Amino acid sequence: MSGTFVGMPAFPKAAHEAVHNSTLRGNLRHATHTIRAKRANAVAEVSDWAALREAGKQIKDHTLRHLDRYLVQLEESVTAAGGTVHWAADAEEANRIVTRLVKETGESEVVKVKSMATQEIGLNEALEEEGIRAYETDLAELIVQLGKDRPSHILVPAIHRNRGEIRDIFAREMSEWGRPAPDGLTDTPAELAEAARLHLREKFLRAKVGVSGANFMVAETGTMVVVESEGNGRMCLTLPETLISVVGIEKTVPTWQDLEVFLQTLPRSSTAERMNPYTSMWTGTTNSETADGPQTFHLVLLDNGRTDTLADEVGRQALRCIRCSACLNVCPVYERAGGHAYGSVYPGPIGAILSPQLRGTDSEIDSSLPYASSLCGACYEVCPVAIDIPEVLVHLRERVVEGGQVTREGNKVVLKPAKGHVAERAAMRAARWAFARPGVLRTGQRLASRTRRLHPRSLPGPGKAWSDSRALPALPSEPFRDWWQRTRGGSGKDGGK
Amino acid sequence: MRVALFLTCVNDTLYPDTGRAVVKLLTRLGVEVDFPMAQTCCGQAHYNTGYRHEAEPLARHFSDVFGEYEAIVTPSGSCGAMVRELYPRMGERARAEGRGNTLAATLAPVIPKTYELTEFLVDVLGVTDVGAYYPHHVTYHPTCHGLRGLGLADRPRRLLQAVKGLELAELPGADECCGFGGTFALKNSDVSAAMGADKVRNAESTGAEVLCAADNSCLMHIGGTMARLSTGMRPVHIAEILASTEEEPAR
Repeated sequence: MSGTFVGMPAFPKAAHEAVHNSTLRGNLRHATHTIRAKRANAVAEVSDWAALREAGKQIKDHTLRHLDRYLVQLEESVTAAGGTVHWAADAEEANRIVTRLVKETGESEVVKVKSMATQEIGLNEALEEEGIRAYETDLAELIVQLGKDRPSHILVPAIHRNRGEIRDIFAREMSEWGRPAPDGLTDTPAELAEAARLHLREKFLRAKVGVSGANFMVAETGTMVVVESEGNGRMCLTLPETLISVVGIEKTVPTWQDLEVFLQTLPRSSTAERMNPYTSMWTGTTNSETADGPQTFHLVLLDNGRTDTLADEVGRQALRCIRCSACLNVCPVYERAGGHAYGSVYPGPIGAILSPQLRGTDSEIDSSLPYASSLCGACYEVCPVAIDIPEVLVHLRERVVEGGQVTREGNKVVLKPAKGHVAERAAMRAARWAFARPGVLRTGQRLASRTRRLHPRSLPGPGKAWSDSRALPALPSEPFRDWWQRTRGGSGKDGGK
Repeated sequence: MRVALFLTCVNDTLYPDTGRAVVKLLTRLGVEVDFPMAQTCCGQAHYNTGYRHEAEPLARHFSDVFGEYEAIVTPSGSCGAMVRELYPRMGERARAEGRGNTLAATLAPVIPKTYELTEFLVDVLGVTDVGAYYPHHVTYHPTCHGLRGLGLADRPRRLLQAVKGLELAELPGADECCGFGGTFALKNSDVSAAMGADKVRNAESTGAEVLCAADNSCLMHIGGTMARLSTGMRPVHIAEILASTEEEPAR
């Protein structure tokens, strides 16, 4: 598995491999079903869940509507607390800023808190090109990094790996990156965790620069918030002298009090915990050399397609996302296709609506993602900020097949309909034409019914996709409407069947 | 009460037995059923595949055909959800595109009076025991657009539980999608087939002879999978079970 998502094939092709990989199917089925059930219980405990969900949605919508104002307020607050704010329009600019900031410290390695934003921009790879080594410290991210793998889940990036595979990766790769795995390492969770703890500890104690993202940024105080389960993030946020946080602009909330809602909904939706074990909050820099926390703090505000997404009336709701992963865990398509098939650090239903908006629908993978769903609606049902993912998927399908106006890098442009949908478009138009004329529909139905003995049992061409795994329905001797006309609903002289 | 049967294009063409069952059932319950001959398709396949503008004339046609009736009843959760959930959205989008209120106003009358069959029975007619007889071992699959779109909740199950002779088995993972998803079944056939196979295995584990649902599109996919996997089970639409009586039993 290569470490990059560039040049991914379309979703159905990528999913094909995963569907037929029985180990992967087993790993994913076990993991998603376990967390799915736990989440349902954790949410059912909260009597005002529906109100919390609505509040989360409204806070996010309000913030996004006034994002210009809140971002300026956030910059003022962070600056007042001793931090420095940088604005990055895209991935390249963000990577350039972070690389420069690390170089200015004279260091050649950084420890990382688990962060989606830095994965989105490919920060580790950009740092590596400049001779800076980035160490992932989240246990699952460590597994992915050591395995030269790609994350396949937002919250549990190594969900596609089982314990045996993790043991093998540790035993084989740890020595390349630092302290080797203990001899005779087994696949028990306690031994695996201890191996990771020993391996990471020396990195925490040595690191002078930490790199993080943030779950929330409070505009009124300039406070960054990271929620996590392991405490490894806390180590990165408190030990290094310099902290660089790369955060998507949509992570802003106006007030400290707004956290009340999300600190209830996020842990229950993601890890099915009432409260996550570690909630780290920091505001600017520490004010004494002996206290914990960074003496230098940089905040890199990342746009990278978010403002363009915000311009779309239907699609903008994707920016409410708090990266909880509940939609992944409940998605029947994700469960079978796995995270890698989505060709993005954002897999699953939320990825299927985020990636084609943040990156555009030009590539093979991005134009196929809106179709990577049966529109079953399970994702919308569990989303703690009520993102109507099926609505956005259908909206993006329309963008793919019809084209139309979108915003790219702040400019309004008109997209052409995507290639590869010519036959489908013609079929849809023909069907619309026939359906607008009941007589035409009836003629077609009769023709189909009368020739039914001649119909093949499996189909050629595109229809093969159906008949390879499913028998075709047998056509009746006459359509309902003929029976109705003949019998007046069974009451006429013919008397029905 | 006089209602229009909105049978759906799929049922009209492929599953006339379901249509006959709805007519028989509603007539037995004292409802006068009409089948407006001009009906065709609600536009769901167009809309959900991204062809919203192609779906609009079909929605307008639907409104023309069904507008005059007191109630519109359909034996399809997904086509019912198309009218109730997505027609309002089509109107909103047309407005947002600067095309005024015309589409929304045209569609408005049919939206609140369109009912999925089990909803109509339980909520409008107020019955759960429809006097049916069906001496078979049945498991019930709640289809997604009925369950999460229309919020049918336990209505179909309550109706089934009241059927004489029917033994209802719990379907493990009942609320998981069967993998049909309209054009999804073709565009992502590997994933769709894998979902279908899992659904069928769960259904088989109940020991039931019949898998029942309130949507023939999903049953076409599940039934087609059953046939390929050579299970002994068969798919049956809930209308056919509810229409079945001791005098005139269904197969």
